[in-house]
Amino acid sequence: MNSKAKWIDICQLHDIPTNTGVCADLQGQQVALFHLRSYKSDGESQVKAVANFDPFSKANVLSRGLITEQQDKYYIASPLLKQQFCLDSGLCEQDESVSIRTFDSRIHRGLVQLREVF
Amino acid sequence: MSRQKVVVVGNGMVGHHFIKQLSTEHSDDFEIVTFCEESRLAYDRVMLTSYYTGNSADDLALATPEQYDQMGVEYYLNQQVSAIDAAAKTVTSSTGLCISYDKLVLATGSFPFVPPVPGKEQAHIHVYRTLEDLDAIAMSAKSSKVGVVIGGGLLGLEAANALKQLGLKTHVVEFAPRLMAVQLDQGGGELLKQKICDLGVEVHTQKNTKEIVFGESCRYRMNFADGSYLETDTVVFSAGIRPRDNLAREAQLKLGERGGIVINDQCLSSDPDIYSIGECALWDNKIFGLVAPGYAMAKTVVSHLTGTEKAFKGADMSTKLKLLGVEVASIGDAQGNTEDSQSYSFIDSATGIYKKIVMDQSGKILLGAVLVGDSTDYGQWLQLALNKIEINPPPEYLLLPQIEGKISATSTGVDALPDSAQICSCLDVSKGQLCEAVVAGATDINALKSCTSAGTGCGGCIPLLTQVMNAQLSKQGVSIDNSLCRHFNYSRTQLFDIIRVKEIRSFNALLDDCGAGDGCEICKPAVASMLASLWNEHVLETELLSLQDTNDNFLGNMQKNGTYSIVPRIPGGELTPEHLILIGEVAKEYRLYTKITGGQRIDLFGAQLHQLPHIWKRFVDAGLETGHAYGKSLRTVKSCVGDSWCRYGVQDSTSMAILLEQRYRGIRSPHKVKMAVSGCARECAEAQSKDFGVIATEKGWNLYIGGNGGMRPRHAQLFASDIDDRTLIRYIDIIYMFYVRTADRLQRTSVWMENLEGGLDYLQQVVFADKLAINDELICQMEHLIDTYQCEWKTTLENPAKLKRFSHFINSDKTDDNIIFSTVRQQISPTNNTPELASQR
Ligand code: SRM
Ligand SMILES: Cc1cc2nc3c(=O)[nH]c(=O)nc-3n(C[C@H](O)[C@H](O)[C@H](O)COP(=O)(O)OP(=O)(O)OC[C@H]3O[C@@H](n4cnc5c(N)ncnc54)[C@H](O)[C@@H]3O)c2cc1C
Ligand code: SF4
Ligand code: FES
Repeated sequence: MNSKAKWIDICQLHDIPTNTGVCADLQGQQVALFHLRSYKSDGESQVKAVANFDPFSKANVLSRGLITEQQDKYYIASPLLKQQFCLDSGLCEQDESVSIRTFDSRIHRGLVQLREVF
Repeated sequence: MSRQKVVVVGNGMVGHHFIKQLSTEHSDDFEIVTFCEESRLAYDRVMLTSYYTGNSADDLALATPEQYDQMGVEYYLNQQVSAIDAAAKTVTSSTGLCISYDKLVLATGSFPFVPPVPGKEQAHIHVYRTLEDLDAIAMSAKSSKVGVVIGGGLLGLEAANALKQLGLKTHVVEFAPRLMAVQLDQGGGELLKQKICDLGVEVHTQKNTKEIVFGESCRYRMNFADGSYLETDTVVFSAGIRPRDNLAREAQLKLGERGGIVINDQCLSSDPDIYSIGECALWDNKIFGLVAPGYAMAKTVVSHLTGTEKAFKGADMSTKLKLLGVEVASIGDAQGNTEDSQSYSFIDSATGIYKKIVMDQSGKILLGAVLVGDSTDYGQWLQLALNKIEINPPPEYLLLPQIEGKISATSTGVDALPDSAQICSCLDVSKGQLCEAVVAGATDINALKSCTSAGTGCGGCIPLLTQVMNAQLSKQGVSIDNSLCRHFNYSRTQLFDIIRVKEIRSFNALLDDCGAGDGCEICKPAVASMLASLWNEHVLETELLSLQDTNDNFLGNMQKNGTYSIVPRIPGGELTPEHLILIGEVAKEYRLYTKITGGQRIDLFGAQLHQLPHIWKRFVDAGLETGHAYGKSLRTVKSCVGDSWCRYGVQDSTSMAILLEQRYRGIRSPHKVKMAVSGCARECAEAQSKDFGVIATEKGWNLYIGGNGGMRPRHAQLFASDIDDRTLIRYIDIIYMFYVRTADRLQRTSVWMENLEGGLDYLQQVVFADKLAINDELICQMEHLIDTYQCEWKTTLENPAKLKRFSHFINSDKTDDNIIFSTVRQQISPTNNTPELASQR
């Protein structure tokens, strides 16, 4: 079983414009945090979090990428070289041997919270 | 069986094709050696002229030393074979190397014929066959103003095109009474001459060059037999080709009366161990000066060597070309030499179209054709002729533009072709083979090309290839898909119309109306661009924010380490000293890397996300605006100083450039748009490589459109001449908006023009004659965009909510510690990221 750290408050949900990302400082680590809400009228908000470091360009930029959807799964496309990473698994679509870390995230009373998965 | 040793003399297009075929299919059975007189392995001679328009020698290469090494082919560069000993079965090279063979293949090609004109051996007199020739011509052109091509055949006109591209005043001198005498009849030749003269190339027919002497106004003077003369600085001879058969002659192989190595249906010469293929070979008393027949011969020899015995049965010499921008095609018996054949022709002198067909006695089978000015019918007609397909309506219906009868005569299209129909003549690929490949899964053009090789020669068959593929796909029940992406089943043009007509203003609304899912990297930026082109709202409006691609997202181009570049607009490249100093001061204060761009402005690199608003505030306060270096929108309008300073200038090009840049700044389009204005024909602003190029004339402006630099450079085409300021702007308004409406995503104007059915002519009709009756609407739309312009940075700075996004962390004021700079040439340079790829597992 995974041991879980404590939830940490990051920001208000409305601090993250829908369907974009921000970068959060989680105890010294850079985390890319995304606010998803389906564009269809009945969409509900959810948050997802992965490492902000792009292993291909070696820069801390993933939070500034474009969110894409494919068969109901969400991906983040690196703003630099455009590789896509699954927001659930962290796996790279273009190169299966590469994946990035994912983090637990949730919306709790209007606040976005993160915690590390060990 | 032990390995046979095959020696190939000549590594040109055909020799190489033979080697490739033999070694890929039967590498174990043969040891291959080739001699190459030129300094490099085979290259694409057919595309030779593109060497002047962007293709390097490497781009043209058909084979590389690495590939030959891998294939186990032994090759000798820069070595001519100087003798064959047919009895001993050896060849000797110019360096004295002697090699034995089991089978010898002569693929020595041909040489350009230079008639014995006194004075022909001088420094600036050339031929047009090899890359070295082209280098030499380019060198001459540097010190020349005028160039003459002797010979108005196919190659001569191609050489003339090259001279024109090199910037020379170009003449073509032809001995015969018409151009392209081999392929065209009198009517076609006349029209071609007219069209080429219109392009500024002078054509002199029925001129016999007697001698070349020193000139008065130019380097040389050519004296003609009729007493007239022409002065020129450079001459290119293109008076036909002659087979290189001297080796064969010395080895006492049988030659034709007028040269050429005589071969039989197996491509064997008079010696049972020596084959000959390509332009040096004479079959049925014919030399084939095209690559497709050479490839067919290569195939024949491969089959003969491997025991399958496919016979060479001649080849079709139909051709379709674009010479100096004029479409020309000739099919089969173009001259009507067949007994009892009947000819029909159609001349539209207003638009410059000439078409002629030659029908058999019954009037039902097409034997040959000539097309000048418009060769769209080529593919269809070639198939009708090659496959002897019976045409039922009266033959003249084939010729007439768009009437019902014509449609029923030819619209049977590719479906009517038998499976044996040859679609790609360069690589000899039939319709049946293509359909099989489609069935096996090659469902796009690139896949089809790579698995059948069709379309990889001259490329002329690609439209037909596409038709065959699409027909086969629809037969298989696959509908042809031009939808934007998996979220929208519409093309960009269709979506644009939907958004416009239904006045849709957000991605949500568009998805609700006609989309599925939640969008992706293709549709989101495309829709954002369309919404901006129509409604011109700020790109960082909340509704639009999540659609923007990287650079629009933070109004700056992201650099490799996650920092941004800053490019203030410098309209027309004109900058006051005060602004120049400010830019310098800001760069110094924030320690930014500073560079003059290729677009006549200044780029500051290395700004971090949180610094962007501070830096832009300094600029906006001083009256500088965003340069939209990040947007798919107008970039720069390059200028020259024009008549305000330059002694040659005939108009105020700088003012016009500034006017255009301020008029069109910020307008979002399918791709970026670049413009330039030059003050005279010397063209210092390089307008002919821009999407919209403007060149001053004594009487006004010439407008060029569809130019491109970048990966596939294209020269812009002349759209209108000697127009005044108002007309110029009106035309640009219309074309720009028409492009915005109808181009595909990320399609530059050059590619858009190429894909526009009817091309330049059509666009001219749309603009000059308002053929679609939408010009007022387009202008109105353009004016709306101009009126609603805002400096995106200025608006952003005025809006605190928007500024919140410009910090590295949402929950801390810290900055990114992974951004590290070192110093290179006294400026910063990013060091944190190394290009190699490491797994994160
Ligand atoms: C800065 C500059 C190079 C320089 O150091 O001088 C530059 C830099 C970039 N060019 Fe360029 N191009 C620059 C002039 C050009 C020119 C020359 C010109 O404009 O006269 C060309 C060829 C002309 C043309 O476009 O037809 C040029 C053809 C390209 C292309 C190829 C376009 C094509 O159609 O093939 C790309 C790629 C693309 O747009 O898809 C490109 C893309 C880029 C991008 C945006 C690549 C990227 O996404 O990061 C670079 C970002 C620059 C930045 O951060 O500001 N750049 N680029 C030049 C900026 C000019 C300016 O003031 O805006
Ligand atoms: C500008 C231009 C445009 C053309 N456009 C077209 C076109 O659009 N469509 C088309 O079908 N055809 C076109 N052609 C013709 C086409 O290039 C030729 O048909 C084709 O290259 C013939 O191939 P080949 O191998 O027989 O001869 P080449 O390609 O000429 O190759 C022969 C090679 O053998 C070498 N050689 C000769 N003698 C010796 C020796 N003794 N020892 C060693 N090496 C030797 C030569 O140096 C040369 O490299 C064009 C040609 C030119 C020049
Ligand atoms: S294009 Fe003409 S006017 Fe402009 S700088 Fe060059 S020479 Fe002078
Ligand atoms: S016909 Fe030349 S590539 Fe197909």
